[in-house]
Amino acid sequence: MSTATIDLEHHGEHEHHGPPKGLKRWLFSTNHKDIGTMYLIFAFTMLFAGGLSAMAIRVELFLPGLQLLEPDLYNNLVTNHALIMIFGAVMPAAAGLANWMIPLMIGAPDMALPRLNNLSFWILPAAATMLILSFIVPFFPGGGTQINTGWTIYPPLSVQVGMSMDFLIFALHMLGISSVLASINIIVTIFNMRVPNMTMMRMPIFVWTWLVTAFLLILVIPVLAGGITMLLFDRHFGTSFFNAAGGGDPVLFQHLFWFFGHPEVYILILPSMGVLASVVPTFSRKPLFGYSSLVGAMIAIMIIGMVVWAHHQYTIGMSLGAVSYFMIGTIIISIPVGLMVFNYIATMWRGAMTFETPMLFAIGILLMFSFGGLTGIMLAVVPADMQYHDSMFVVAHFHYVLMPGAVFGLFAGVFYWLPKWTGHMYDEKLAKLFFWINVISFNITFFPQHFIGLAGMPRRIVDYHAMFTEFNVISSIGGIVFGLSHLLLLYIVIKTVRGGKQAENKAWEGAKGLEWELPSPPPFHSWTTPPKLAAS
Amino acid sequence: MAAISKRLGALSVFSLLAGWAGTAGAEMALNFPEPAAGVAQEIYDIHMLTSAIATVLLVIIFAFVGYSLYYHRKSRGYRADQRFHETWFGQWSWIIVPILVLGIDLTIAGSAQKTLEKVWEVPKGEDLLDVKVIGHQWWWEYEYLDHSVEIDGKPKPVRVESRYLPEDQAGEDTAGYLRAVDNPLVLPVGKKVRFLHTSADVLHAFWVPELAVKKDAIPGYVTETWVDLTREGRFSGQCAELCGTWHSRMPIEVEVVAEAKFKAWMEGQKQTMLAAAAEAAMDKDWTMEELMEKGRANYNTKCASCHQINGKGLPPAFPALTGGAIVTGPIPAHLDIVLNGKAGTAMVAWNTLTDLELASIITYERNAWGNDTGDLVQPRDIKAARTLAVK
Ligand code: HEC
Ligand SMILES: [Cu+2]
Repeated sequence: MSTATIDLEHHGEHEHHGPPKGLKRWLFSTNHKDIGTMYLIFAFTMLFAGGLSAMAIRVELFLPGLQLLEPDLYNNLVTNHALIMIFGAVMPAAAGLANWMIPLMIGAPDMALPRLNNLSFWILPAAATMLILSFIVPFFPGGGTQINTGWTIYPPLSVQVGMSMDFLIFALHMLGISSVLASINIIVTIFNMRVPNMTMMRMPIFVWTWLVTAFLLILVIPVLAGGITMLLFDRHFGTSFFNAAGGGDPVLFQHLFWFFGHPEVYILILPSMGVLASVVPTFSRKPLFGYSSLVGAMIAIMIIGMVVWAHHQYTIGMSLGAVSYFMIGTIIISIPVGLMVFNYIATMWRGAMTFETPMLFAIGILLMFSFGGLTGIMLAVVPADMQYHDSMFVVAHFHYVLMPGAVFGLFAGVFYWLPKWTGHMYDEKLAKLFFWINVISFNITFFPQHFIGLAGMPRRIVDYHAMFTEFNVISSIGGIVFGLSHLLLLYIVIKTVRGGKQAENKAWEGAKGLEWELPSPPPFHSWTTPPKLAAS
Repeated sequence: MAAISKRLGALSVFSLLAGWAGTAGAEMALNFPEPAAGVAQEIYDIHMLTSAIATVLLVIIFAFVGYSLYYHRKSRGYRADQRFHETWFGQWSWIIVPILVLGIDLTIAGSAQKTLEKVWEVPKGEDLLDVKVIGHQWWWEYEYLDHSVEIDGKPKPVRVESRYLPEDQAGEDTAGYLRAVDNPLVLPVGKKVRFLHTSADVLHAFWVPELAVKKDAIPGYVTETWVDLTREGRFSGQCAELCGTWHSRMPIEVEVVAEAKFKAWMEGQKQTMLAAAAEAAMDKDWTMEELMEKGRANYNTKCASCHQINGKGLPPAFPALTGGAIVTGPIPAHLDIVLNGKAGTAMVAWNTLTDLELASIITYERNAWGNDTGDLVQPRDIKAARTLAVK
C-alpha cells in the first residue's frame, strides 16, 4: 500500500502560478481540485433540492387524507426526489471526491484528461436544469401533465405523460454522458498516472472502488440510454418497442432499466465504501485488514451485481427457473458484501480507536448498512418478496442501504478530507452534534417503515388507510428533523471553509497515504514532481 | 373522514407513548396479517425464518462491533495490534468468511427454494376456480371464467366491476377509508383459486396481504397466481404498482364465504347480468329523462374518477367536459373518442360498454353541467357507430 518513504524535498515548491482570477477560474478550469470543489458544491445544492421534495412527501404522509399535495404533484415529487438524489447529489458528490483525491492519492499532478474533466462537470448544471424543468414545466400554461411514474419511468404510464417526460429523457441522456466521460477520465488516470512503484495492488482502496465504479458506469449507462431512447421513439415516432398492442413488450423496458438500475446501486455505494477504507484504519491506528480480499470482493460485486437485475421484478410472472436463478444470485452477493463489512470490522478489532466524526459515521455505516443488507437478503427470497415487493418495507430497506452505504460515506469523506481541502480543522463538537441528530433522526424516519410495509402499506401512495397512521406520524417527524439537520452540516462546512484551527499536513494522527504528505491545503498544482515511493 | 378523526383523537403524544408500551399495540400492525390461505401460510413461515436468521446475524455483528468499541479504544489505553492481519486468522479470513456466509446463504436459499416450489406454479390437473383479474386506471375487473350466462346466444363470463367508494358513500359495514369498494371479489372458502392477471392500460399489481398474492397486471401479458383459501373473512388489499394519479385509490376487497353462500351470490350476479342485458336489448326510444338518469349513474361510476362528477376534469391530465369542443360539438366525434379512446393517453376505448350504457353516458355528457345541447343519443346510434368503426 501507499505507506511509503517520500522524497519530502520535491513537493510543494512548484507553484509556478496560482489559479486564474474571477469567473474564468471556474468556467475554464482544468484543475482537478477546482473541478472537485465544483462537483461537491453542485452535489450539496442538489442534496437540498432532493431533500425538499422528500420533506414535502413526509409532510403529506404525516396523516391519512389529502392535505398538502395533489396526487400527481405527490407522484412528481416521488420521482424527482429519487432522480435528484441519485443523479444530482450522490453521483456528483462521489465524483467530486474522486477528482480531489485520486490525483493526490496516486501522486499525479492532475487528472489525465483535464479538458474532458471540465466538460464532464459543466454538462451537469445544464443537465440538472433540464431535470428540474421536467418537474416544473407542467406548471406553465400548455406544459402538459406531471411525471407521475416514479424514477423507474415504466411504460405504458410514461407514454401517457406530457412533454415533461421528454425533458426528463433528455436530462438523463446528458447526465449519463457526463458520468461516462468522467469514468473514462478516472480509468485513464488510474491506469497511467500512478507514481512509479505504485502497483495496482498498492493503490488506496478508495482508488480501487472508483476504478470498479467507473467500469460499471461505462457498462450500464448505455443500456439505460438505449431504453430511454426507445421510450422516446414510442412516445413520438410511432414505434412499439414497449407497446403490447403494437407487438412490443412493456416488460422489456423493465429489464433494460434494471440492468442499469441494479448496478447503479453499487455505483452509489462503492465510492463510499472506499472512503471507509481510508477512515477506519486512520482512527483505529492499525493497517487496513484484508486489502486483497477487499479488491476481490469489489470485483465480485461488480460481476455478480450485473447479472441479478430481475430481483427488482419478481412479480412480473417469470418462470420458476428464472426466479430461482435471480434469487440465488442475489443471495450470493451477500458473500462479497459481507466480506467487505467483515474486513472493516476486523480493521477496528484490536485497534486503538478514537471517535472523531468521520469515524462515528464509519461505525454508523457498518451497523446500519449491515441491517439494510440483511433486509436485502430477506427481499431476495422470492416467495417472501410476494409480500414485500413494492411495499414500504422496500422503501425502508433501500434507504438503510443507500443512506448509510452512500450518503453517510460521503459525509465521512467530507469530514475526513475537509482539513486537507481547506487547511482548517472543522468544529468537532458541532460535527458530532450533527452526526447524532442526523443518525438518530434517520432511524426514526426509516425504521418504522419496515412495520407498515409488512402490515400492507404499498409504496408510492399519496394517501393511506388509517391503520398505518401511527408509524407514519413517527416517520414524518423523524423525516423533518432529518431533513433540517443538513442545514447544520452546511453551517459546519461554511465555517470550516472560512477559518478554524490550522490543519497540519497530516491532519489525523493515524492517517497514512500520499495525500497527507502534502500541505493542507495543497498547492494549486500538486505533485508536479512525483513523490518517490519505495519499491515494496 | 369520520374514522380518521376518531383515529387522530387517540393520537396524542401520550397515546403514542402508550402505543409503544403496548396498550395500543394490538391496533398497530407490525407484521404480515394472519394468513387466509395455505400458500400465504407457507410464505409467512419463510418470512419468519429469514427474519429470524437476519436478526441473529445482526445481533452477532452488533455484538462484535460493540465489544470492539468498548475495549479497543485509545482512551482506555489499548495499544493497536499492528500484526493482527498476520495472524492465522488474518491470513485465512478471506476464505473462512465467505464459506461461513455461503453456509448461511445456502440455508436460506434452500428453504426459500422449497417454499418457492410449493407456491409458485399453479397445481396441475386439479379443479381450480379461474378468476381473471384485469387492472384498469383506477378500478378492478373480475371475470369468473367458470361461470357464464348466455347473452345474444354467446356465453359471457360473470363479471364484476370493483371500484373505490368515497368515504361518504361507504357504509359503516365496509372496510373503511380507502378500503371500501362497491363490489367485492367473492370467493368460496376451501377452494383452490387461480388468478389470471392482466391489464387494460398501464401496469398495476394485485396485492392482498392475507392471501400473500402479488402479481403485476401487464397489458399484453396474462400472468397467474393461485391460492387455497382456508378461512372466511373480508380481506383488503390494494394496487401495488404505481399506475398514475389515483394509484392510492385502487382498493381490493376479497370476501371469502362458505360454498353455499358463494353459489347463491353467483346466482344473483347471473340474474343481474341477464336483466341488464335484456334491458340493453330492448328496441325502444329512450326518453331524455331515462337516459339522463342512467347516464348520471354510469358516468359517475365509470368516468368521474378522471373527468370528475362535476365534469370539470383535472386539467391538464384529464380535460374538462363542460363546454368542451368535442362534447358540445358534432356527435360523431364525441362517439369516436369514447368508443375508440385516444392512444397514448389515459382515455381508453370504452367499446366494451353496452349500447345502452354508452348512449346514456353520451346523452348525459351532452346535457349535464350546462352543456345543454339538447342532443339525444339512442342505443341504435351507438350500434351504427360501432359498425362504422369496424369498416
Ligand atoms: C383514466 C382516466 C379517464 C377515464 C376513466 C375516462 N377518461 Fe375520458 N379522457 C381522459 C383523457 C386523459 C382524455 C384526453 C385525451 C386527449 O389527450 O385528447 C379524455 C378525453 C375525453 C373526451 C374528449 C374531451 C375533449 O374535449 O377533448 C371525452 C368526450 C371523454 N374523455 C369521455 C369519457 C367518458 C364518456 C368516459 C367514461 C366512460 C371517460 N371519458 C373516462 C381520461 C379518462
Ligand atoms: Cu393500479
